[in-house]
Amino acid sequence: MSRGEQCSLPKDMPEGLDPEQRTEELMKAVNVGKSVVFSRLTGAKVITSNYAGTTVDFCQGHIRVGKGKFDIIDAPGTYSLQPTNKSEEVAVEMLKQADIVVIVLDSTNLERNLFLTHEILETGKPAIIALNMWDEAQHLGIDIDQDMLEGALGVPVVPTVALSGEGIKDLVDKFDDARTSELEPTIDEARWINVGTIIKNVQTVTHKHHTMRDRLEDVTIRPLTGIPIAIGIIFLAFWLVRFIGEGLITFVMDPLFELYRPAVMDLSNMLGGSGWLHDMLIGSLINGDVDFLESLGVLTTGLYVPFGMVLPYIVAFYLVLALMEDTGYLPRLSTLSDNIFHRLGMHGYGIVPLMLGMGCNVPGVLATRNLETQKQRFIAATLLAVSVPCMAQIAMIFGVLGSHGPFYIFLVFITLFFVYITIGLILNRIMKGESPEIFLEIPPYRRPVLRTTLKKTWMRVQGFLKEAVPWMIFGVFFINILYTLGFFDLLGQAFSPLMESWLGLPAVVAPVLIIGFLRKDLAVGMLLSLGTLMSPMQLVIAVTMLTMYFPCMATFIVLFKELGLKGLVQAIMVMFIMAATVGGLMRLILIGV
Amino acid sequence: MEKTLAIMKQGESGIITRMEGGEEFKRKLRTIGIREGKRVLLVTKQYFGGPVVLKVDGRDTSIGRGMARRIFVDV
Ligand SMILES: Nc1nc2c(ncn2[C@@H]2O[C@H](COP(=O)(O)OP(=O)(O)OP(=O)(O)O)[C@@H](O)[C@H]2O)c(=O)[nH]1
Ligand SMILES: [Mg+2]
Repeated sequence: MSRGEQCSLPKDMPEGLDPEQRTEELMKAVNVGKSVVFSRLTGAKVITSNYAGTTVDFCQGHIRVGKGKFDIIDAPGTYSLQPTNKSEEVAVEMLKQADIVVIVLDSTNLERNLFLTHEILETGKPAIIALNMWDEAQHLGIDIDQDMLEGALGVPVVPTVALSGEGIKDLVDKFDDARTSELEPTIDEARWINVGTIIKNVQTVTHKHHTMRDRLEDVTIRPLTGIPIAIGIIFLAFWLVRFIGEGLITFVMDPLFELYRPAVMDLSNMLGGSGWLHDMLIGSLINGDVDFLESLGVLTTGLYVPFGMVLPYIVAFYLVLALMEDTGYLPRLSTLSDNIFHRLGMHGYGIVPLMLGMGCNVPGVLATRNLETQKQRFIAATLLAVSVPCMAQIAMIFGVLGSHGPFYIFLVFITLFFVYITIGLILNRIMKGESPEIFLEIPPYRRPVLRTTLKKTWMRVQGFLKEAVPWMIFGVFFINILYTLGFFDLLGQAFSPLMESWLGLPAVVAPVLIIGFLRKDLAVGMLLSLGTLMSPMQLVIAVTMLTMYFPCMATFIVLFKELGLKGLVQAIMVMFIMAATVGGLMRLILIGV
Repeated sequence: MEKTLAIMKQGESGIITRMEGGEEFKRKLRTIGIREGKRVLLVTKQYFGGPVVLKVDGRDTSIGRGMARRIFVDV
């Protein structure tokens, strides 16, 4: 789900270059609403969340104003033009390319935001300022004299409420008035003094009372109350995902597939119930009927795994995640868990890649860009790839082991948890490089807007469908070809010593591990058809190995992009060593010699 | 009395007097709004040497304990 997940453009987007075309860039401190402004301006869909570092790459869109056409770029947020992490580097890089800059400010946090504004204006780029979150500022009793601010900075200033779209039209109308400010390049001290003076002149704050929101913020961040609340919220989140996921399966997907079954059976009869084409499309009939899990045909298992089993959990997970993101709870969780993550060589922000990674490892790996050092990024990305199953895998783990009881599922997760902790502790010890401490702005709690929450969930679900479904169907296709060619028997023979003596698994599992490279969930699905050959403990080992030993194709590619070849090779070494060790240990502990 | 943020108690507040450390460190703090002359409230400290949460200009920020030891406050 690489770029598609982060940003997607409307279909009717005008293409082609235009002589009038100019590049416009949105930029400003983190978490001020740039991405919301961007999607208001261009109609493009982008992921927005209530924490700093949501946008890690740039996203481009277009808008027509009069006869001119603007290319608009949404960049990650930054605190200053001297970047401290990879996504801030992207932001600074984008600024260089822009013809005009739209500086989006958080009106409730003007003073902090003005420093970067000052820096940008000094570069001499024509700019225009959006005073975003205007609604919240008014609510908090913060009044900003817009004309005076315009005078002080020398560029147009427009109040906006990106969430509702207020002021966006005014902003567009002012694009042509973007000007170069008169502010001269200067040193930090002078900037601060100037910012101080501007604030004193333009901003009046009416005293605000201690609100319910403040109390909630305090209670959830103080460890005494915050830690129990966090544990409660995490359990609630998991429970919700299961509840919604299972509900969707039982009441929506399974009935749909039952409606679909007669059609597949008709097709099966038409094809004569056997033969190459039948095997490819329908797969093998089990007791004379289609088994959506075990038949392994493109139109049976190839559709049922992604839609019937995984999709419901994906929807459920992203819905719950969106709630956590949009309320602003994640940075609090980062703070409360910082201690643990720091010992693993990261800091509290490590929880963001972890959470995103449970949906899909790809955006999880991308989110590591918000960590400051190479060491932290390597550890976070490697841990994800080795020990964090994505939602597709999790759904399949439930699918394979669910019938044997929750204890076996628990065994898989507790093993993965120990692997996560162990690799983190070891890598933190042996890797050179710094692990800086946490440094994280905590946004106020915001009430999630149903429409945005649903939109975001839908975007991510679409991302899953676009990326995963073709792989899944291709995977089933591929399996059938290899199967027909007798390749699997060969593989089974080649790997049987390793499988049997080291992992205590039957040789037929070897091909499954190979298929895992294409799609892990599909491989776990294949295990189901081998279920009768294996004891529950063997299944636990096989499922855990599948999760650990190699990332899926998409994750593999993003790891290469983010870590480089050397990093990728190192990550894979960690992976093999850990998978082999853990596999052997599990065999000893769970099955005996 | 001047003391570091790290030894302030939950709910205590004061004015930031100085920060110790490299220029980059100080700049990072300042750009996010934590700088000399600002009133700071210690919202809470996490257990076992975990991060310190402070409030400046109505906005909370989490910083590591090591950083907190290098920020001096007049309470
Ligand atoms: N009340 C209010 N909330 C807003 C407004 N604009 C954006 N938000 C909320 O502010 C949060 C941050 O919005 P984003 O667009 O993700 O911020 P960003 O600047 O792109 O953040 P990064 O990409 O992380 O730097 C989201 O929860 C938005 O829903 C606004 O005008 N009013
Ligand atoms: Mg953004």
